[in-house]
Amino acid sequence: MKDKIRIASGQGFWGDLMDAPVYQVTRGQIDYLVMDYLAEVTMSILQKQKNKNPEMGYARDIPELMIKILRSCKENNIKIITNGGGVNPVSCAKACKKVAADLGIEGVKIAVVHGDNILSSIDDLLDKGAGLSNMETGEPIEDVKSRFLSANVYFGAFPIVDALEKGADIVITGRTTDTGLTLAPMIYEFGWKADDWDLLSAGTVAGHILECGAQATGGNFLGDWESIENFEEIGFPIAEAYPTGEIIITKHESLGGLVNVETVSEQLLYEIGDPKNYITPDCVADFTTINLIQTGENRVEIFGIKGKPATPFYKVSCSYEDGYSAVGTLTYSWPNALTKAKKADLILRGRLEKLGLKFDEIRTEFVGYNACHGPLAPARDENEISEIMLRVAVRSQDKSSVERFGRELAPLVLTGPPSVTGFAGGRPRPSDVVAYWPALIEKSLVTPIVEIVE
Amino acid sequence: MKKIKLIEFTHARSGDKGDAANVGVIAFTRQGYTIIDKYLTVDRVKQYFDGICLGDVIRYELPNLNALNFILNNTLGGGGTVSTKLDAQGKTLASAILGLEIEIEDKELNLLTLESPEHD
Repeated sequence: MKDKIRIASGQGFWGDLMDAPVYQVTRGQIDYLVMDYLAEVTMSILQKQKNKNPEMGYARDIPELMIKILRSCKENNIKIITNGGGVNPVSCAKACKKVAADLGIEGVKIAVVHGDNILSSIDDLLDKGAGLSNMETGEPIEDVKSRFLSANVYFGAFPIVDALEKGADIVITGRTTDTGLTLAPMIYEFGWKADDWDLLSAGTVAGHILECGAQATGGNFLGDWESIENFEEIGFPIAEAYPTGEIIITKHESLGGLVNVETVSEQLLYEIGDPKNYITPDCVADFTTINLIQTGENRVEIFGIKGKPATPFYKVSCSYEDGYSAVGTLTYSWPNALTKAKKADLILRGRLEKLGLKFDEIRTEFVGYNACHGPLAPARDENEISEIMLRVAVRSQDKSSVERFGRELAPLVLTGPPSVTGFAGGRPRPSDVVAYWPALIEKSLVTPIVEIVE
Repeated sequence: MKKIKLIEFTHARSGDKGDAANVGVIAFTRQGYTIIDKYLTVDRVKQYFDGICLGDVIRYELPNLNALNFILNNTLGGGGTVSTKLDAQGKTLASAILGLEIEIEDKELNLLTLESPEHD
């Protein structure tokens, strides 16, 4: 057994810093590179791509990235784990195989984890007793299931462990929890058991710290952010894990950013609910038992974490079409920029009303004044405001209403208040609104599939 | 009694959980935590986010991290993928809460200012 492993975060979301994984692989020693590509909305986008082309439906950045890192990973024995397989991990794996072949790199073993995509088997699962009602609102699934764009079960770390045991150098999964990507190598390397709740929770906490990339190493840091050095080459977090469950959060020394108790604490608080019950498919971690201590420059040790048994459920994430929306902006300048923008909004709303259009929502925000903090924005002297961007967004089940809204914004340039600009982008076009349906399903009803792609 | 804003002794991070936002507030020091624990009540936070948070507020304590975690229900205009808000995911609510002002006793203020600004 290894006495420690270094697991590096390479992406916090699909669209994150493209060279971060390259830096992780080339600027210091690591054993694993883990990359999270999936957000709630991502699965529906990927499913649409796959509907158009059955070879698509995964993060296409992955094969591109492999061109840059595969040789280094092979030479330095770095394993790669990512959930960027989306709704088509097999095609993603085949694309990566092709990259390896093109580069003349032999013996790259790629495993996929799937079985998470239940879109085509919802009715079957309902027959078998799955409830799948909305876990936030309690609404029954019947009204919406015909509109589902995607439906995926969140698997945990253990299918990835299975893939590693099969000898995989690269593991590409569908919808796996972000935390599972980081926890899996610890289970695999240290032989942790499925009921080692404290250890699994420690690895899960490490996964939570790594899952948003540089958000744990000084990115989006609301403490003394101006003291953060070298944002240009910010180092993504690395979890140095030990068999006993102690974990050190660090980064490559030559990269920028900062790892201290404050940067790590902020990430620990990110998007959590009840801290005593951080639920994953692998365990229930208690975030109130986390101890943090600075043990060196850019080194924070986390220890003492307690966990509880996993629940009998997987979380399911479904998405469905829920109408259309559009957003348009116009910018008004001094003097009286805010007054002008407010008047333009009234004129626009008056015209939309006369047209008899149907909207579920019309939202106006004044960027530069109250768009972020709403009623908390203090009253301002208009003389001190150089410009205000009027931002109007609409949402409707009726696409033609949304389309017409898009045609009503530009006319304000010549038919409303003065000193207006910023309409070069063209008419706002309707985009599909994708709503989200979270549910639970009994673990016994779904089985992960783990296979080596030849 | 002295007025003090959270930005003077805490930092924060926020994000989305469906239509709810979570706002975590972290005191730079242990003494700072005892102050937010005492003064940053559910009612105070609910009142502060009046007009933004349209649902109830839930508070969780993480004394181990000198932190409180607030869940602001019905806050994001329907949630990340549906919301028409510029800040559909509540990313800037963390900085918003740092403007919250509380009134503390003089001796509490003294304890705050006596401590090193560096984390212990």
